[in-house]
Amino acid sequence: MSTVGFPSTEVELSTTVRQGLRGRLARMSWYTRICASWVVVIVAAAIFADFIPGLPDPNYQGFLFGYDKVGEGPSSRHWLGTDSVSRDILARVIYGARVSLIFAVSAVASGLLFGGVIGSLAGFMRGKVDAAIGFGIDVMLAMPGLVIYIFFITMVGKFGLVWMCLVVSVLVIAPYARVARANALAISNREFVTAARSIGTNKARILFREVIPNVYPTLFAYALVSMGVLIILEATLSFLGIGMPIPTSSWGNMIAESRRDLAINVWPCVWPALTLILTVYSINVVADWIRKDVAARTSALS
Amino acid sequence: MARLITARLVRLGAVLLAVSFVTFMMANLLPGDPIDALIPIELQEDREFVAELREEWGLNDPVLVRYGRWLGNAVQGDLGKSYITGRPIMDEITPRLPITAQLMVVSIGLALLVAVPLGVLSAYREGSRTDQSVTAGALLGISTPNFLLGIFLIYFMAVKLQWFPAVGWVRISDSFTGNLKSMALPVVSLAVAEAAVFTRLVRSDMIATLQENYILSARAKGLRDRFILFRHGLRPSSLTLITVVGLNMAGLIGGTVVLERLFAIPGLGWRFFGAFFQRDYMMIQGITMLIAAFYVIINAVVDFIYLAVDPRIRRRV
Repeated sequence: MSTVGFPSTEVELSTTVRQGLRGRLARMSWYTRICASWVVVIVAAAIFADFIPGLPDPNYQGFLFGYDKVGEGPSSRHWLGTDSVSRDILARVIYGARVSLIFAVSAVASGLLFGGVIGSLAGFMRGKVDAAIGFGIDVMLAMPGLVIYIFFITMVGKFGLVWMCLVVSVLVIAPYARVARANALAISNREFVTAARSIGTNKARILFREVIPNVYPTLFAYALVSMGVLIILEATLSFLGIGMPIPTSSWGNMIAESRRDLAINVWPCVWPALTLILTVYSINVVADWIRKDVAARTSALS
Repeated sequence: MARLITARLVRLGAVLLAVSFVTFMMANLLPGDPIDALIPIELQEDREFVAELREEWGLNDPVLVRYGRWLGNAVQGDLGKSYITGRPIMDEITPRLPITAQLMVVSIGLALLVAVPLGVLSAYREGSRTDQSVTAGALLGISTPNFLLGIFLIYFMAVKLQWFPAVGWVRISDSFTGNLKSMALPVVSLAVAEAAVFTRLVRSDMIATLQENYILSARAKGLRDRFILFRHGLRPSSLTLITVVGLNMAGLIGGTVVLERLFAIPGLGWRFFGAFFQRDYMMIQGITMLIAAFYVIINAVVDFIYLAVDPRIRRRV
């Protein structure tokens, strides 16, 4: 937008916004804070897993060399104990977080990038463009995710993190595009878009400078929610044996492997399950908090 | 009104056609030849046999011709033959369909039964302890994968307490109580996450509805709270719920794959997964089409229910 208004008001505006943000962070409840910290801890552990001192290799089976026992309880050597082939559970949970997060983040990035732009384009252009994109979204959404994933993987016949991410990155475009489209439709009716139109701004510029920046806040809230869904999806796929190939440690693989020995030792199943639930729960709490924040901001604008 | 319904039906047909086209093209254009996948390499030495098989399976024609032929048969209810068993796909699907359908319908029903009162209560006492625990519980339900819940239930209810069978399926025609028992654990595993989603929806929509003026006037008239909540409040608050119930019901066809696998239930998802491991392209394609058809049709039905529930939309149309 062109700069209308006095510099002083602009300065004032930006400081109130910043104060607002700081104020919102300060008003964050202890409950939300704990959840946010947990997410930060998991993300940090996943990124820096290779540099954590004393963390064993997730696939190292000590009992083959006479060091560790199978199905050990917690000890100073293995904080969460060992699994049925004496691998360190803590290391496997941490490296599993890496798989989950790479999967979820790459899918979310694709959704935000492609889905966000395609959906905004449809909502902003309307008419034939909207009809064509809307139809495409309908067709993609007509096939349930898990089914179409299995279909894809059957046809391609390949496994592994790269293929998983690739297939899911394509699948998430449609739901993101739908959310973005709905938002773009509403935003294209707002006065600042009409104002930009009336002064003859070209369409591409309106789309990228006016519409898309306003679509994204809501889309980010949606992205967090879908992050939780994607983490669950990764676990489900690995659990079914069509996600990460074993022995790669992923939460779904850990649960699937330890399920057979559940009658003997529950802990190798409990730890990844607990981490998974806690992580998704925390992400959802943070998403709720952000959604309230975004909702409050947009209602203050209109 | 009639024009709207026709437009919806035309769109429904178009989406189905496009879905079938995309599915067929993906199945045929992606790398992976059924001959390579299914015929052992020693038998492939026999060129004549392979050529015969190609002719028999119709793999020599251009892909568009094959699509046309497949579509022509599909609209007549013939989805082709399984490459593995050689039986018509429809014959393999039909006995499995009721099992999956039962799982879906019962778990959605159970979820609604729990979610609607909880959501209304939570909205009515917004901000209270009850509301906070319902909200936290719903969030926990959303965050728990259904297969994990299934494992927990098997461990406690079937292995430790031995109240329910751990795996397997008893048909309703064989034994009613046996059917209920074999259904209980998978249905609960599916219903919890659904109930959580529905509770959150009812709560947030209800909170918005309770701000409306007609609720205030109903209160001013001296109507009882319960009457206001369920007769005046629930109906306008259930619009998003109806959409999501429809979407999730259709989405559950995918969700049951995991639980049918976990509980060894011989439903559609089980067969689908088996076909995946056998590389039975025709079967995969057939079931994917069927599920997509379901999904699209359920969504169309939801649209019509929408019109029935909210007279405001009907008038606008």
